[in-house]
Amino acid sequence: MKLPFGLPREEFLLPGHTACPGCGATIALRIVMKALGPRTVFVIPACCSTVIQGIFPGSSFAVPVVNIPFEAAAAVAAGVSAALEQLGEKDFSVVAWAGDGGTFDIGLQALSGAAERNDNILYICYDNEMYSNTGIQRSSATPIGAWTTTTPTGKREHKKDLLRIVSAHHVPYAATATIAFPKDLYEKVRKARQIRGFKFLHILTPCPVGWRFDASKTVEISRLAVQTGYWALYEIEHGKLRISPAFTPYLDKSRRKPIDEFLKHQLRFRTMTPELKAELERAIEEGIERLKREAELV
Amino acid sequence: MSTEILNGNHTAAYAAFLCDVDVVAAYPITPQTPVVELIAEFVESGRLKARFIRVESEHSAMSVCVGAAFAGARTFTATASQGLALMHEVLHWAAGARLPIVMCNVNRALGSPWSIWADYSDSAAQRDTGWLQVYCKDNQEILDSVIQGYRISEDSRVLLPVMVCYEGFILSHTYMPVHLPPREEILDYAPKKKPSWALNFDAPYTHGNLVLPVHFQHLRRQMHEAMQMARKVIVEAVDEFRKRFGRFHGALVETYQMEDAEHAIVSIGSLGAESFLAVDLLREEGLRVGAVRVRFYRPFPSEELRQLLKEVHSVTVFDRFASYGKGGMLSVEVRDALFELKDPPAVHGYVVGLGGVDVPYTVLADFVRRTVKDYAKVKRREEVIML
Ligand SMILES: Cc1ncc(C[n+]2csc(CCOP(=O)(O)OP(=O)(O)O)c2C)c(N)n1
Ligand code: SF4
Repeated sequence: MKLPFGLPREEFLLPGHTACPGCGATIALRIVMKALGPRTVFVIPACCSTVIQGIFPGSSFAVPVVNIPFEAAAAVAAGVSAALEQLGEKDFSVVAWAGDGGTFDIGLQALSGAAERNDNILYICYDNEMYSNTGIQRSSATPIGAWTTTTPTGKREHKKDLLRIVSAHHVPYAATATIAFPKDLYEKVRKARQIRGFKFLHILTPCPVGWRFDASKTVEISRLAVQTGYWALYEIEHGKLRISPAFTPYLDKSRRKPIDEFLKHQLRFRTMTPELKAELERAIEEGIERLKREAELV
Repeated sequence: MSTEILNGNHTAAYAAFLCDVDVVAAYPITPQTPVVELIAEFVESGRLKARFIRVESEHSAMSVCVGAAFAGARTFTATASQGLALMHEVLHWAAGARLPIVMCNVNRALGSPWSIWADYSDSAAQRDTGWLQVYCKDNQEILDSVIQGYRISEDSRVLLPVMVCYEGFILSHTYMPVHLPPREEILDYAPKKKPSWALNFDAPYTHGNLVLPVHFQHLRRQMHEAMQMARKVIVEAVDEFRKRFGRFHGALVETYQMEDAEHAIVSIGSLGAESFLAVDLLREEGLRVGAVRVRFYRPFPSEELRQLLKEVHSVTVFDRFASYGKGGMLSVEVRDALFELKDPPAVHGYVVGLGGVDVPYTVLADFVRRTVKDYAKVKRREEVIML
């Protein structure tokens, strides 16, 4: 028997993990693990997922895990993958599972290196749009207008467009996803698993602690991110961009919900100025128009 | 066995080749670059069946080695100076995770200002990362130390990474005859085996997650015990090496003319080779001088030094690395090793040869003469010298 959305029953994230209630990253992790199965190595740099595993000698992961320094995920994963191949292992996945800080900021160099070399790994950035582990500081994935402890009056700069940076490395596969669309996420991981070379998945994972919303609303906020156009779902396979079916309706501006629907639940946007909000809306509009052009829909 | 005329860097590459490493990750830096280039040739010509990952930095080079070692592969890298400094964080992880990695470090000064020439400020600064450190005096010793390095590092009683150090240009770019044993004999001496703790899908383990302080302390204590145990493993490894290949560079130390010595020189690396020549010169003058070359700086040969130096009147220590505000760390550690002696000899420490300044044996001899003259009055000396 399968779970809803056709997800397999088997669990690789065990009860007893130490994530906060309503953690979006943990929901993503659970789905990703189901899609990858038991022959998977997780390489995890410093981030919330370091903590989520639990404390030695326990672990909430039912697959092999290697913990490594903050900026080293892509390189360590490349080493694991190359070594397993060299030692004759077949049919396995090596996942670098990193937060946005470990991906957008301090780990960008190693990520770029592995992407350019087309190392055979699946790099997954779970994006909670700030450094959670150290207590909610801005990262280059933090959106414009958002409060963090290092942007107490709201961030002034836009979120970095990481997927484009990664796909500019000519990688075979790069895609976005978020937890409110588990089937979309699951299928993207399944697809990535079959591809040799460097695969990149960027998952928006709402964080009730850092975004300041009620822990029961994680999935709803993830869904609103898509419905307002804040988070577009698409994939780039060998340079070809395709909008994911779950996002197609929202290419049409008239079918999108107003951005306020997404922002209003989150206290991190409470002090956002109208100017910054207008700038965010402009960026969303521009981003979607660009996606349409690149998907050759216009 | 074949004999080739090789420089130090090519010797290091041959060593990796002969040890049949599985994964190499390296990033070029003067004076190490030829190591990377020759390994690339070995791999691309198919002579070495290994994965060579051309990383974008030394931080990633060590990270790849860490990942590969976790998977159970035999790994190799080489670096120098700034590159080693950039690896610093990952060096701790490699040792803390007890991964048997072997790395060559081609000693070179650290900036600022830029210098491409030899001193030990790069590797000495990594002294406390939990790596075994061996310093070579010639190219043959580079080859033999890498081979011994895999055997020692992968020994289940040790399981710590090994750094094989040799000086930039002085050894890295100097050609010498090097005897290369056949690969089968080397692999028989240092056989490849998949470690029991290697990543395993059927028995999944989480490596390196958060530990409570009491467990952390326990793990670090085990690391120290492994380092202590390495002393014994090193002795076994070099004895076996001598039996099989007929060569011996010393175990933790190498000695020269120490049997009847009244005054001793203690040094490290190629300064050690010069110090043996200084001994010859001083003995011609009638001074009973002997020399000890520290081969392994970690684990530190305290007991060996105590035994060797307990009868001498003075020890002149030459270091190629300064701890600013203190002096030469080698002399500090030598003095510490001798502390328990009833009547410890005078220890005069000199930091020489920074940034590649040439230190010929005649200069070493000058310092020893100075020590011999005033050791009775001056028990301790600590100087950073300009030649
Ligand atoms: C070199 C280094 N610098 C800083 C840190 C401290 N640090 C640990 S986790 C973290 C933030 C992680 O943020 P992110 O990658 O977004 O993951 P999250 O915590 O949000 O899950 C920081 C700054 C570190 N471990 N290593
Ligand atoms: S801080 Fe946020 S991302 Fe981290 S565990 Fe808690 S909910 Fe998850």
